Amino acid sequence: MIPLITSIFAVTLRAGTSLVYATVGEIYTENSGILNLGVEGMMMMSAVTGFATAFYTESVWLGFLVGMLVGGLLGALHAFLSVTMRANQVVSGLSITLFGTGLASFLGQRIGPAANNFNLAGLTGPRLTAQPIAGLVNIPILGAMFSQDFLTYAAYIFVPLAWYYLYKTRNGLNLRAVGENPITSVAMGIDVVKTRYIYTIVGGMLVGLGGAHLSLSYTPGWTENLTGGRGWIVIALVIFAMWNPARAVLGAILFGGINAIQFRLQAIGTTIPSSFLNMLPYLMTVIILVLMTIWESFKKRVGAPAALAVPYMREDK
Amino acid sequence: MQIYFEKRKSLSRRASLLVPFISFLVALLLGAILLLLTGVNPIVTYQAMVRGAFGSTYAFSETLVVAIPLMLTSLGVAIAFRMRFWNIGAEGQLVFGGIAGAGVALHFADFIPGSLVLPTVLLAGMVAGAIWAGIPAALKAYLGVDETLTTLMLNYVAILFASYLYYGAWRDPMGMGFPGTARIVEDAWLPRIFGRAHYGLIFAVIAGIILWFIFNRTRWGFELKIIGENKTAAKYLGIKIASNIVLALLLSGALSGLAGAAQVAGIFRRLQTGLAAGYGYTAIIIAWLAQLNPIAILFVSVLMGALFVGGDQVQMMMGLPSAVGFVLQGLILFPMLAGMLFTEYRLRIIRPEKSQSVESEAAS
Repeated sequence: MIPLITSIFAVTLRAGTSLVYATVGEIYTENSGILNLGVEGMMMMSAVTGFATAFYTESVWLGFLVGMLVGGLLGALHAFLSVTMRANQVVSGLSITLFGTGLASFLGQRIGPAANNFNLAGLTGPRLTAQPIAGLVNIPILGAMFSQDFLTYAAYIFVPLAWYYLYKTRNGLNLRAVGENPITSVAMGIDVVKTRYIYTIVGGMLVGLGGAHLSLSYTPGWTENLTGGRGWIVIALVIFAMWNPARAVLGAILFGGINAIQFRLQAIGTTIPSSFLNMLPYLMTVIILVLMTIWESFKKRVGAPAALAVPYMREDK
Repeated sequence: MQIYFEKRKSLSRRASLLVPFISFLVALLLGAILLLLTGVNPIVTYQAMVRGAFGSTYAFSETLVVAIPLMLTSLGVAIAFRMRFWNIGAEGQLVFGGIAGAGVALHFADFIPGSLVLPTVLLAGMVAGAIWAGIPAALKAYLGVDETLTTLMLNYVAILFASYLYYGAWRDPMGMGFPGTARIVEDAWLPRIFGRAHYGLIFAVIAGIILWFIFNRTRWGFELKIIGENKTAAKYLGIKIASNIVLALLLSGALSGLAGAAQVAGIFRRLQTGLAAGYGYTAIIIAWLAQLNPIAILFVSVLMGALFVGGDQVQMMMGLPSAVGFVLQGLILFPMLAGMLFTEYRLRIIRPEKSQSVESEAAS
């Protein structure tokens, strides 16, 4: 029983890693008052470009770098549309998702090697391999934490730092001020436009890192529709985490766990049709959203930044 | 010199007509750059796409085949968007409508008089679509649950449920491994006008006209708009927000459900893989591009249908991924979103007095 739990927990952490980075990224973006619904498209683009880079350069790290850059670029596009051009943030984010999924699918069938009919799907490239830490791996259950790849280990440090930065530093305070009340933060001497640009781009880079982790470590490789709605689950996880990076871990473990149990059940061959097993994460998201909403209204507290998705217009004052 | 945006007193009509048109051209240009970068001749590609979508009666009928579900789902999406209810679940509502239509045609056709089978199939599709949209609508209206996520998540659920049916429970035992149900009875077929273009086209046009009338000439259309623009004002005007959200979304889902049932009854004549072709997502682009105007939606749908069919065509003729159509669809939105600013704002450039006189001196 213990080895079984340990192995499920290990898969949970592996599946949860991309979710953690992307969720923390989106938490930063949303704390600045920008809602980015483009996560799904950004993860897809980072996954395909990251994999292609790693495949051609044979460097997994260059793959992650390009994935992050692509995520940051799409974040910058969202910032340009929603901050500078004051576009509706919901529509702008949706556009990025639609464009990103379309372009990723196009690139996946176009930029592969001629030998593979220009396809990226079905290729094996370099991947980030697990580096078990000798000794610690053998601890029952918790040993699962030490049989992971580098980015999962990095997440153990990254999440506390992300929490500390947001709640305990001057920059973090300024960031939250912009998301809560842009007009007041101007009076505090904060550049609202600059802040929103920075954190939408930084958030995009983290989302990109999460996307690249899918094609360079978790899956690994590129397949059509690789993310399978993970980007949307990330947006739900931000609500679940109540915009707090520390709580993003819980959500990532929960959804990583659903993935892990799904695989386990499929592996042992249950009588439940796989379609129903695959519905689990999506149904779970709806249930969690409903519960969170009821809980928030019951507690009379809203976790969302007050100015989330509200365009800031200096001239309209 | 200082540049800033000044709010216009009223929306600019000229800008709101020009912006979508220019956006389409910009998208073609950006798409061309992208194609060049991936080593493809854009002019040849675009030519092949146009020929594939409009080059013959057959090509045009295929464009209409795609335009029909696009029209119905976009109209559905437009109702919801008018209230700023972000229904991005048209895809799932379409699929659920298709499931219900196929279910009636496969399992209940024997109990229904022949001439009533088709109307029952279409009605079942509408009811199913309405239910699939009604769930997130009720969650939003009475509990305040974010609708973008719930509508989207239900897409995945509907698509997986459909695949369970055609791979499993309803699979045709004589189908020799083809993922689909048995063919539905002939009484349930939606007649075709020309090529594969079926009577769903007529439904879509009628729905578009009715919606235009509702939006522009009825009190309810006005109420939906107020709910979208200003919830507080809506409350003071005594508009029932919650029940209006649910009612509008039932209608929204019913249109997408009809699209799904019409796909089953008019095109596939069975429930099969390929029902979820992404029309529900393109509907979001169409509704936005048409600025939620139902009549404009009908025309934009044909244009977007052409991108689908043209994309398939370049895949067959040139071996390019058909996703090129999706890329172009996505590209239209960015210039559109950026350009919409000019319908509400105008650009003002203020030059400081001094530098202006220096400039004019230099010029003379």
